[in-house]
Amino acid sequence: MSKKSNETSYISARESRRISRENQKVIRKLDKRLSRKRVPESEYVTQMHDKNNVVEFDNLHTYFFTDVGTVKAVDGVTFNVPVGKTVGIVGESGCGKSVTSLSLMQLVQRPTGQIVEGEIRLNLGDKAFDVAKMPIEAMQKVRGNVVSMIFQEPMTSLNPVFRIGYQLDEVISLHTPEMSPEAVKARSIEAIKMVGIADAEGIYNRYPHELSGGMRQRIVIAMALACNPRLIIADEPTTALDVTIQAQILELLRNLKNEINASIMLITHDLGVIAEMADYVVVMYAGRVVEKGLANEVFLDPRHPYTIGLMQSKPVINKMVDRLYSIPGSVPNPVNMPDYCYFRDRCEQCVERCQGLYPPEIRVTDTHIVSCWKYYKEGGAE
Amino acid sequence: MSSAYENVVEVRNLCKYFPIKAGLFGRVVGHVHAVENVSFSIKRGTTMGLVGESGCGKTTIGKTLLNLTPKTSGEVIFNGDTHLDMLKGKSLRDFRPKIQIIFQDPYSSLSPRLPVGEIIGEAVREHNLVPESEFDAYISRIMKACGLFDYQKDRYPHEFSGGQRQRICIARAIALNPDFIVCDEPVSALDVSIQAQIINLLEDLQKQFNLTYLFISHDLSVVQHISDTVGVMYLGNMVEYADKAEIFANPLHPYTQALFSAIPVPDPTVKMNRIILEGSIPSPANPPSGCKFHTRCRKCQAVCSQKAPRTMDMGNGHTVACHIYDPESGYENA
Repeated sequence: MSKKSNETSYISARESRRISRENQKVIRKLDKRLSRKRVPESEYVTQMHDKNNVVEFDNLHTYFFTDVGTVKAVDGVTFNVPVGKTVGIVGESGCGKSVTSLSLMQLVQRPTGQIVEGEIRLNLGDKAFDVAKMPIEAMQKVRGNVVSMIFQEPMTSLNPVFRIGYQLDEVISLHTPEMSPEAVKARSIEAIKMVGIADAEGIYNRYPHELSGGMRQRIVIAMALACNPRLIIADEPTTALDVTIQAQILELLRNLKNEINASIMLITHDLGVIAEMADYVVVMYAGRVVEKGLANEVFLDPRHPYTIGLMQSKPVINKMVDRLYSIPGSVPNPVNMPDYCYFRDRCEQCVERCQGLYPPEIRVTDTHIVSCWKYYKEGGAE
Repeated sequence: MSSAYENVVEVRNLCKYFPIKAGLFGRVVGHVHAVENVSFSIKRGTTMGLVGESGCGKTTIGKTLLNLTPKTSGEVIFNGDTHLDMLKGKSLRDFRPKIQIIFQDPYSSLSPRLPVGEIIGEAVREHNLVPESEFDAYISRIMKACGLFDYQKDRYPHEFSGGQRQRICIARAIALNPDFIVCDEPVSALDVSIQAQIINLLEDLQKQFNLTYLFISHDLSVVQHISDTVGVMYLGNMVEYADKAEIFANPLHPYTQALFSAIPVPDPTVKMNRIILEGSIPSPANPPSGCKFHTRCRKCQAVCSQKAPRTMDMGNGHTVACHIYDPESGYENA
């Protein structure tokens, strides 16, 4: 065995028990807050910093308290989703892009996963809520209504034992209990028609297994749109689909967004999909935002070494290279992250400052922000 | 010896039907036409890419080539004279190491109970490829070639990340000193940055050991990067086959054109002229009549639903199965 074997951190049973006990304490405290009933609205009402945003993530920290240590899945994420725009979040698996969106829905796997710090300000038009402080009871009225979500795997997000129609009706009648059953059915069929399915009445009475993958994903989208949400979170909506079906679904999402004037938060690891759909791009690495900006800025003028590496490592159609660039090493262990730049050990463009603390956000332009010491200038940004 | 033959593998009119059984006694009520009349050959030291939507028979071709599922009809010839399905007993056993496969999911294709050194070395020992005294050194050398470290030999698969596991799968295939490797979606379960590492590794090993690959993938940009020739499959048929440069510059079949235009390009300034295909792939148990693609084709005419297209040679080894390019088909070119 060589020195490298120290990399996998071994934890003794006693140590693990100690961590587990400490976690219990923290989790119990946080859980108690969330499960309270009849909390006055004043506790979680807040002000949007900019009225043109649907959601503002402000220094969000979502941790997982596991028995081997605390995993900081989201570690200080800040970005905004403007009204009517598409924000693409890109990064490798485990970088916290899904956990960020799940935090907004308060769907992070509890009790181990908890929002520890930070604000998620959700714009409801006349008022704004801080999702991070909202109790479960109030959250149920927001989920699927103001914010809705499209998941990666359409088969697992539909219930196989209920008809499509029943599942759609459920969403609508839950959020608008005053609607009559006939009106609910009419609304469901309208939603199915909206996603480009011709035989809406027929599909209404089908079971999910009778549909193809692309059709199922359309139904999931219909379900997400049923209550006219202000924000749609699409978590890898096309990863499980073929390219030709992917093209159909992306086209559909783009058209629908304009039709109902919603914002989209698009989470994917496919840079091609992001480039096509997004107005703004957020690049995440190991739980932090390393670069964000307008799509044109990030794609045409990437600054962070990770973004650059990511773009070079993907083969692009009709753009031949002899050898693909590959970022050396792999993503660091999420338990016990260092206090220096998380990308330092894989970075080929390190400067002297990289030995120090985690880099601050540096403005390249008004909208383009990068967290890298390379662009740091004394007494201000570049 | 065998290396005298230019084509490592030659496939002629390969068919594979899976029976559909129904009822109490498992009566065969129909067949899924997974692969129908596919022919191609792969030259030594080159890579053939096989692309298509899910369910089009890509993986079935890979498995039938290696006789992991027996073929229904047609011929698969290795090194000019070896018919795998005719080999039995010892001769089959002796030939097996020459052809290997790398599977898509590195999480399910490694035994969780064996240490990595054993996973890589098991078949080597079984086939007596190296004497027992050199065994350890041999495994170390193979692991090093695949970017793994010596000290990892005694570890178990669960201690490795996805990319490293795929390296183990590759090492396991390479260890037998094969001629031909079927790579069945080897990178689609991996992250972009890891994907690049594995693709580079596959290319390096190809140069080092003069390997021949059949690279099955649904990711066209990866296929374009790694392949020398490309075959496009649709519902069990190979609709187009050509050199990489030729097929990407000049796709002829309407399906190939639609497929290529559907790839998202990571550049927001590029405006796509996208051909969006309607509907989804039909069931291979009950394929459409005539040309199987006619239900989704935007250039469809009456003849397309009546008879199946012939495979036409358009020069430079570019073949396409479409009525548009067959002057005798009765298709009216506008």
